[in-house]
Amino acid sequence: MNQWRFEVFSREGFADVHGSGVYEEIKELGISTVEAVQSARVFLIESDFDESFAKRVAGELLTDPVCEQYYIGRSKAPAGLAKATLIEVHLKSGVTDPVAQSVVAGITDMGAKVEHVRTARKYIILGTITQSQTDLIAKRILANDCIEDVIVGDESEPPSPHLEPYELQIANWPIRDLSDDDLVALSKDKDLFLNLIEMQTIQKYFQELGREPTDIELETLAQTWSEHCVHKTLKSSIDLTVNGEEKHFDNLLKETVFGVTKELNKDWCISVFDDNAGVVEFDDDTAICFKVETHNHPSALDPYGGAATGIGGVIRDPMGTGMGAKPVANTDIFCFGEPDKNLDEIPKGVLHPRRIMKGVVSGVRDYGNRMGIPTVNGAIYFDDRYMANPLVFCGNIGIMDRGKCFKHQQSGDLVIVVGGRTGRDGIHGATFSSGQMTHEHETIFSHAVQIGNAITEKKMLDVILQARDAGLYESITDCGAGGLSSAVGEMGEKLGAVVDLEKIPLKYAGLNYTETWISEAQERMVISVKEEKLEAIMKIFDSENVEATVIGKFTDDKKLKLRYNGQQVAELDMEFLHDGVPKYSRKAVWNDLNLNEPNLKEKDNYNDELLAIMSSFNVASKEWVIRQYDHEVQGGSVVKPLTGINNDGPSDAAVVQPKLGSDKGVAISCGMNPLYGDIDPYWMAMAGIDEAIRNLICVGGRFDRIALLDNFCWGDCTRPETLGPLVRAAQACYDAAIVFETPFISGKDSLNNEFVCEDGTTISIPSTLLISAMSLVDDVNKCVTMDAKKAGNFLFVVGETKNELGGSHYYKVKGELGANVPKVNLELSAKTAKRISEAIIDGLITSCHDCSEGGLAVGLAEMGFAGGLGIEADLRGLVKNDCPRVDGQLFSESNSRYIVEVQPENYDAFAKKMLNLPFGQIGKVTEETKLVITSEKGDAVIDIDLDLVKQAWQKPFDWQ
Amino acid sequence: MGQVKAIVLRAAGINCDAETAYALELAGADAERVHINKMIENKSLLDDYQILVVPGGFSYGDDVAAGKILGNQILHHLFGPMQKFIEDGKLILGICNGFQVLVKAGLLPGNGGGNAEQGVTITYNDSGKFEDRWVYLSPQTERCVFIEKGQQIYLPIAHGEGKIVTKDDDTLKTLESDGHIAFKYVDKDGRQGDFPVNPNGSTNSIAALTDKTGRVLGLMPHPERFVRKVQHPRWTRGETDANGMTIFNNAVKYVQENL
Repeated sequence: MNQWRFEVFSREGFADVHGSGVYEEIKELGISTVEAVQSARVFLIESDFDESFAKRVAGELLTDPVCEQYYIGRSKAPAGLAKATLIEVHLKSGVTDPVAQSVVAGITDMGAKVEHVRTARKYIILGTITQSQTDLIAKRILANDCIEDVIVGDESEPPSPHLEPYELQIANWPIRDLSDDDLVALSKDKDLFLNLIEMQTIQKYFQELGREPTDIELETLAQTWSEHCVHKTLKSSIDLTVNGEEKHFDNLLKETVFGVTKELNKDWCISVFDDNAGVVEFDDDTAICFKVETHNHPSALDPYGGAATGIGGVIRDPMGTGMGAKPVANTDIFCFGEPDKNLDEIPKGVLHPRRIMKGVVSGVRDYGNRMGIPTVNGAIYFDDRYMANPLVFCGNIGIMDRGKCFKHQQSGDLVIVVGGRTGRDGIHGATFSSGQMTHEHETIFSHAVQIGNAITEKKMLDVILQARDAGLYESITDCGAGGLSSAVGEMGEKLGAVVDLEKIPLKYAGLNYTETWISEAQERMVISVKEEKLEAIMKIFDSENVEATVIGKFTDDKKLKLRYNGQQVAELDMEFLHDGVPKYSRKAVWNDLNLNEPNLKEKDNYNDELLAIMSSFNVASKEWVIRQYDHEVQGGSVVKPLTGINNDGPSDAAVVQPKLGSDKGVAISCGMNPLYGDIDPYWMAMAGIDEAIRNLICVGGRFDRIALLDNFCWGDCTRPETLGPLVRAAQACYDAAIVFETPFISGKDSLNNEFVCEDGTTISIPSTLLISAMSLVDDVNKCVTMDAKKAGNFLFVVGETKNELGGSHYYKVKGELGANVPKVNLELSAKTAKRISEAIIDGLITSCHDCSEGGLAVGLAEMGFAGGLGIEADLRGLVKNDCPRVDGQLFSESNSRYIVEVQPENYDAFAKKMLNLPFGQIGKVTEETKLVITSEKGDAVIDIDLDLVKQAWQKPFDWQ
Repeated sequence: MGQVKAIVLRAAGINCDAETAYALELAGADAERVHINKMIENKSLLDDYQILVVPGGFSYGDDVAAGKILGNQILHHLFGPMQKFIEDGKLILGICNGFQVLVKAGLLPGNGGGNAEQGVTITYNDSGKFEDRWVYLSPQTERCVFIEKGQQIYLPIAHGEGKIVTKDDDTLKTLESDGHIAFKYVDKDGRQGDFPVNPNGSTNSIAALTDKTGRVLGLMPHPERFVRKVQHPRWTRGETDANGMTIFNNAVKYVQENL
């Protein structure tokens, strides 16, 4: 067996894009002595081919003949080595290496056999740098030590990847006789994240069984009972005290977001809060489902991998809904620290927000694009409280036949795992994501990071859809948090299941039975298959090289039995596993904050404030991000995320046609404003819902078919004062949805988003509720976009403007929070949304823009520059409700408002349609690219060149 | 000529096959999506078809380099049948990743196969990252049967590796002089320019290549993503442009008239 080493460099005269990128990042780190960086791809191949074949492998497969050159063995060190530093980055053993798998396939196609392939990256850093600078460059730019090893110099090879096979040793973790302190210690010691009451419940269960648990039994319970999997906080009974007044909930979720859906009882809701995604009717034959998940903790440790597996994981939710949906669109919403921080402002154990943002965006880009799913909607919020705890929300929408919306696994069906193999990656992901993070998490929980390979998932998707259409399986679910443990456990909940763990295909030898069972290795689905259909389904999987393995059977004894080489390692009652988790009662407190409005002096002109808001990170253009996502694959894009005369204005929502050849579409949007939560989370939640709905309405979505999703991201909710705001937000969800008649169809919470710094201080994220929304569009040809269309058209504002600058971006750029948070008049808001929606469908509206962050002035500016036109507006036309000041009129973020462009010939019909609603003509579209807003007194309070405004808006993320 | 039959290649990571097949059907062809394993198993499969499309996506994750692994697979298992396909006067279209595959298999700009003749490659965008944006394309040759003579079209690109480079100036000159350049990136008024007019830094603004027969076309932009009015990024402004259907229509028409 020969061990071949290949190094592939750019040929002289051709750009080394990767090396130049690293060079730029080194400069950004403040190291100025580096003159250049060369990068190389390294392949370590074990095979018995000879040197002449090795040259063919190098020349024909690994190297581009035009722009690259190769070395077999180590390349010659560059001249002036004294001034060069060599750094190699290798994947840690066990980390999935997709390129290596492809190289094996490529060499096999060339007719040779390969034993093993590893890949690495090599960097030659030219210029004098110190040891500590080398370490900094390696740590901050080149490698992520969760998953990669760094080797400096050219002497040592990475450790051998070959691992010893595992021999069964059953481990018992005795608990029957443990004291309370010891129970807590055991939970902590084994990273179970189970609290005392839960440990006591488990202790009692095994005392009654008369035996000690095995490690795998405790691990299975810990996964299944984790906050991530069962949402014990949101399902607990809660005593809420609001400003001294008490209110009791038996089950918070059932009485708020679930409850409202149940009460609304819409016949177009097919399956809600039941499956991996919420399912609603799309047309007579088709259903559509939507799920949004978070992947926060993994993205904090490994932004690229964490975000990639976040999107990869949520795509498997629709795939695992009903009998499997075809994913048609992705959404992505992120919260980061502000990206312009100095390194010394970053707590120990935390990556720089800019690095997190770049990593997260690249991760979503590479996974989503490779899956061939358009990423069509998203948002990014910045607040320094997200610095140590970024939030990464990934959503996916899928479609399926109406007849395929439910599963029907039965006793006797085979349990089959399909897709990727199982490795050590992602062990304890579910439990880890349910706890707080600390500055030591980087090292302790490196194994909790999952590593994704989009192509494995795409291959799996391709064959699963074929098997689904051929009716070859009875049920399907994804292996997400908790791995096989959760997937098989859930699918067999009402039946029972037996699994032979040694049959589970592994990425590499050495995993013990527990690791195999709880690993959160990606790209795996579990299906149940009738014995007589086994051959047919395996044929489909084989035909496209997708691995599928029978690992067990669904039984009828309502027990989960796990065996390894025939020896039983676990036996748990399904009922205890799923319903045994103790019910909690929690206390929650909310007291209105004692906040005041700031005392800002009125000004004659607000050009500077407008520019400051436009170039604040939250409002600024996200084109740098959006263009990196393929938002048009599958050919269904109707309203794109960027719109207007130069394809760069900010769309309110996306519209896609999920079925080629049908004019029916789905509109997708989101709403979120954590700043309002700093004043009152009730109104924050309400504003999020109102905003998400407005966004759908603005593009032409139907008002009567809106479905909502909730994602609560909060701090440590064992503290009553942290749980209080969450309960307030949940109450608002109920109150809004019941009036809007918009059911919640799916939701998820991520609690404990906190970070304990080295000095013991805790940074908690602000209370954050993401509302995602979708609605139907009956005829996509009637959709509208937000860009102003034509000089001479009239502009109206529909909705009332109130003195509601609390939590606004205007106050934010002034360093203030304020007190007057925007509220929602639900009946009026619903009526307004309905009328606007009808007016768009009737063709009375030429463009429509949501009036939200930054208020009227920002909305008008965006419409103007997106259309390459100007706007003249007169604040006398604005319908105001107790909002006398000019800054309030310009920047108040009052909800339920729409800015609407109407052609002169539609004036009467539009006005008639808006009858009895608060609306007023505010101005008109002009040819000259200027925004002029005059006050009620007739003064030009904003008078600015829109090209300048657009530049200010584009500048913050004008990144390479 | 009876019904025109088109085969749309599938492989691990190919992801534009459904909308490509849809565009071919809009043009009047029968389009079938077939996995490469089936084609390797049955090498005479291609005989039944007149148009082969290698669609976009990330075949094998673009591991090693974009299109490399699938190109290598075609080179070692399907090169003969594909060469025969071309010799029989049939049409091959490679879109985005499919274009990269054709170049890396040695089917474009020549049809000789393999690295030996590969004087042209497609590599990383100058920006160093994936980009989705719309571009205008100006036809450069009258030989290519997919192209409507003189008609500028408007299409989206979505790729991270779309920059066409040649190994030397002579190769570039030959591409120009021998009519291998099918489309160049231009602005709305037909003029070449820097980024974003030329979205990836491609040499001489080259966006698409054809072979000596004019029956093999590879292009980075996606014609299958603009086959209906509402896919135009500014359709709500009433804007229209010649779209991707011309490429599919011309292919089907060519087969109907010549095969």
